[in-house]
Amino acid sequence: MGAQKKGATARVSEDPEELARHPLQAILLADSFTTKFRPITLERPKVLLPLVNIPMINYTLAWLESAGVEEVFVFCCAHSKQVIDYLESSEWSSQPNFSVTTIESHNSISAGDALRLIYERNVIHGDFVLISGDTVSNMSLTQALQEHKDRRKKDANAIMTMVVKQSKPSPITQQSRLGTDELFMAINPVTKQLLYYEDKAEYSKGFISLDKTLIADNPSVILHNDKQDCYIDICSQEVLSLFTDNFDYQHLRRHFVKGLLVDDIMGYKIFTHEIHSSYAARIDNFRSYDTISKDIIQRWTYPFVPDVLCGSSAIKVERQGTYRASERCTIGSNVTIEGSYIWNNVTIEDGCQLRNAIVCDGVILKSGAVLQPGVILSFKVVVGQQFVVPAYSKVSLLQQPTQQDSDEELEYADSTSGTGELRSDKLNGDIAPDLSETASELGTGGVGYIWTVFEGAYDEEWRHSVAPIPTDKLVKLMLDKDEDEELLTQDGNVISASRELKTDSDGNGSEDDDNEDSRDDYVSFEKEVEATFLRAVHENVKVDLAVLEVNALRLSYNMASVDCGGAIFYSMMKLAVESPHNSASELHRNAADIVTTWQKLLKSFLHDIDEEIEVILKFEEMCLESAKEFAALFPQILHLLYDKEILQEDAILRWADEKEGADESDKVFLKRSEKFIQWLREAEEEEDDEDE
Amino acid sequence: MPDTQALVNDFLNKLKKRKIEGSQATAKQTAELLRSVISQTRMPYTNQAAALIHSVKAVGERLIAANPVELAVGNVVRRVLHIVREEDLSLTTAAMAGLNLSAESDDEDDTDRDNHPALSAAAIAAASRSTLRPPSLQTLLEDVPDSAAVPHTSSSGGDSEGKSKSADKSSRSRKLKHDVIEAVNELIQDISTCHELIAEQAVEHIHQNEVILTLGSSRTVLEFLCAAKEKKRSFRVFVAEGAPRYQGHLLAKELVTRGLQTTLITDSAVFAMISRVNMVIVGAHAVMANGGVIAPVGLNMVALAAQKHAVPFVVLAGSHKLCPLYPHHPEVLLNELRSPSELLDFGEFSDCLDFGSGIGAPLLHVVNPTFDYVPPKLVSLFITDTGGHNPSYMYRLIADYYSADDLVLERRTTSGN
Repeated sequence: MGAQKKGATARVSEDPEELARHPLQAILLADSFTTKFRPITLERPKVLLPLVNIPMINYTLAWLESAGVEEVFVFCCAHSKQVIDYLESSEWSSQPNFSVTTIESHNSISAGDALRLIYERNVIHGDFVLISGDTVSNMSLTQALQEHKDRRKKDANAIMTMVVKQSKPSPITQQSRLGTDELFMAINPVTKQLLYYEDKAEYSKGFISLDKTLIADNPSVILHNDKQDCYIDICSQEVLSLFTDNFDYQHLRRHFVKGLLVDDIMGYKIFTHEIHSSYAARIDNFRSYDTISKDIIQRWTYPFVPDVLCGSSAIKVERQGTYRASERCTIGSNVTIEGSYIWNNVTIEDGCQLRNAIVCDGVILKSGAVLQPGVILSFKVVVGQQFVVPAYSKVSLLQQPTQQDSDEELEYADSTSGTGELRSDKLNGDIAPDLSETASELGTGGVGYIWTVFEGAYDEEWRHSVAPIPTDKLVKLMLDKDEDEELLTQDGNVISASRELKTDSDGNGSEDDDNEDSRDDYVSFEKEVEATFLRAVHENVKVDLAVLEVNALRLSYNMASVDCGGAIFYSMMKLAVESPHNSASELHRNAADIVTTWQKLLKSFLHDIDEEIEVILKFEEMCLESAKEFAALFPQILHLLYDKEILQEDAILRWADEKEGADESDKVFLKRSEKFIQWLREAEEEEDDEDE
Repeated sequence: MPDTQALVNDFLNKLKKRKIEGSQATAKQTAELLRSVISQTRMPYTNQAAALIHSVKAVGERLIAANPVELAVGNVVRRVLHIVREEDLSLTTAAMAGLNLSAESDDEDDTDRDNHPALSAAAIAAASRSTLRPPSLQTLLEDVPDSAAVPHTSSSGGDSEGKSKSADKSSRSRKLKHDVIEAVNELIQDISTCHELIAEQAVEHIHQNEVILTLGSSRTVLEFLCAAKEKKRSFRVFVAEGAPRYQGHLLAKELVTRGLQTTLITDSAVFAMISRVNMVIVGAHAVMANGGVIAPVGLNMVALAAQKHAVPFVVLAGSHKLCPLYPHHPEVLLNELRSPSELLDFGEFSDCLDFGSGIGAPLLHVVNPTFDYVPPKLVSLFITDTGGHNPSYMYRLIADYYSADDLVLERRTTSGN
């Protein structure tokens, strides 16, 4: 102990020197900010899950240490206490020349938040390595760092170097061997600059679109689909400040990388460094957990293999079976285990069958229990006798959190971060009452809840599971693909026609795509505005505030104020339709009420005639499609809007003029409001007369 | 103390991460580390040898665990232990002699001892190492347990006799430490000069116009060949490239820069070329007590080819590579399995390693072992820094360098702790 203390003080005293010569620093995110490892991650952080018997974070730290990193900041969020306790008790806290500092946060919900917090702490003084705690690698950083520094000298905008590795995606499932979606990258082969990054390409479309300036600006571009993103980034300090400046950046790739790539104002550039002989991969889902485990067993990660990392615990490399039983496990007779991961203290009674399952600490399988492929049993679950756990089900002692809002979720359910352990302890004590409640779910004597897979996700479950992809799925996908290809070869237009693209006259794929994208954006924008408006109505939010909120939405969706006017008007009318009414006149009254209350809100987005015309067009569209009840009231509402000075007569007249030339079918509403328009025109003339 | 602790940790780390390449460098650094451990060890009044042995063992055990595959670490640890035992033995015998001679007067005793051990310790230690005493193994087996017991009895007697003893105790303890450190320095010297000592013998083995075959790269072999070249011998060298690390390429380059006629061949061409070869000269990773060799992968094949064509198979090994263990010892069975990426490119083969489809287990396995075992019957001659030896003579050399007590040191200490 004395030695340790001395070492620590020595380090402190060296600090000023170290600062001067910028020791290589690294930020290790010990939280993936996803829910892919649930339900296991409800009780233990992902970085502490055993990967071939060693907690994942050890691989990452060992690599950082050997790559010459001197200072690591471990950012802990979910289960931060467990991570900190683990690090403090491990060998990492007492290494000379390698300091591990933990940064704790309880309210960060994304990598973006984490980096913003680290920026505030002001601990990073130079280039740093950004990595998450679930990455396994054995690459040498020297070359990549040197390249990064050289580029920085030439071009201060080269702020990030991303490590990539060749790895062919499966042509059938369109996913990599790590279970992630096929990744498309456009890289300049000479400068290695990253020009395009898309990890969520839509395969149904069958194509991806590149900005044409990309090709105009670069003499050569290579588009790769066989590169794997290793999630190891060498970043300059600017990266942190960029995250702080752009407070809406959450995800490292989806927001930050893509954001930089499309942003041509600042001109920041991202470069890639490809590794060939060394290994790097990130555990993102159960499939990659399986794949990387096997890679480690096959020693691709040498020297970061279990027998080297923990010399004492006598893990020897022998001929590998398909499974590996850990310490203190009891396995009965007649048990079949295939391709499964069995952690510590597991009891498997006679005659059980396990196929491609993950079985966490303390699980008990009563005799004759069967786990079908892809089952995840979280900590201390008990499976009853002869019970068959259906394929891909996830079983936990904790109940499934009820609200599953979005993919931007944390590893823990709301406020359980600190109390996760406590809760499981408590559950231990309460196993008896639990037993009776849940006996039905896991057979007689079983303890635990089977999580329901929410609709839609079930189809995708096989993609990310530990179990190999079932043959029937592969066959099906293969057939689908063949069909697609046939379609493509038969007639190039078939596909575009079937997807209801507007025209195939110019056949410019990217343009169509843009339109479709913006339309999608508009629909979601409209929904957001509607939600905001409804909230404003129900919570009596002041008009000014509502205006502000809608404005913020407009900015984040990059919409014009024209769209806002349309969207707000749409929400108002929708509210009118949805509020109870018996007759047309009541509906009219409803609409009138709403318009009167919220005219200011609407007005603030209608600055000129074009915007007002947009509102009329929108209304017309509504009458035709979503709210046919208004069709009869069209002229009245128009009149109402005119009365409330939301629409100027010029706008209405212009609309009428425009519609004059349209098809008969388009003129329905023009005709209905003919009288009103007529009246308007006369009124105008009168005014003119009076003026004269 | 903190300094050594930091040094030990640093070295452990390096061993663990496989950052030290080559057994000579490892052996030298281990010896240097143990030297500083010894010099930092606080000597108790009684039973100093045991204290030294304990501290060396404690560190040595950790070092060996850090990289069990590098046998040189264990060898050096055992050699240092042997040195401690030997120095202690010579000191106590000298002291006993002194006590017996001048048992009556304490004052005389002091003066006597000041001169006496200085002579005897060095002399006995040197004698024990340089002369090959025929029953060496047996004498060691018999003497060592005594030596551990002797200081006990003498010290307890000394305490009861009077305070004057303590003064000469401390002088003796300083003596022991000093002698041990001297001897360890000698060991370090031996390790660092082993190349030259081996290379000196080159002319005796390589003759004019001969063809020498070697595999992979070994610094000892390089020095050996160059020494022969410097003595105006003209000969040719066939270098097998030593897949998958292809260190033979480096060796060939080095040989050419020194002006040697060199031919590079693939490993698989060895059998075809062996009929034209006069002698095979290779380096080793470790030499076992039975005369077997742990060598870079591919050498067993070369040895078999050499035997088939009755070509002498000569192994060059510094004395730090002599390992007192037998190849059936579980630790020796360890092979270092390196990354498959040395064999094939991960990216190109990534589709063969997709575990998602098919049976879920990889169909392609890549195994990349580092070492081969060459049985003693295939080895014609060992050339060490003390001269040429037959494989069957190895156990005798080992008996001189190691104490029988230390052979199984890890297991006993781990169970004890």
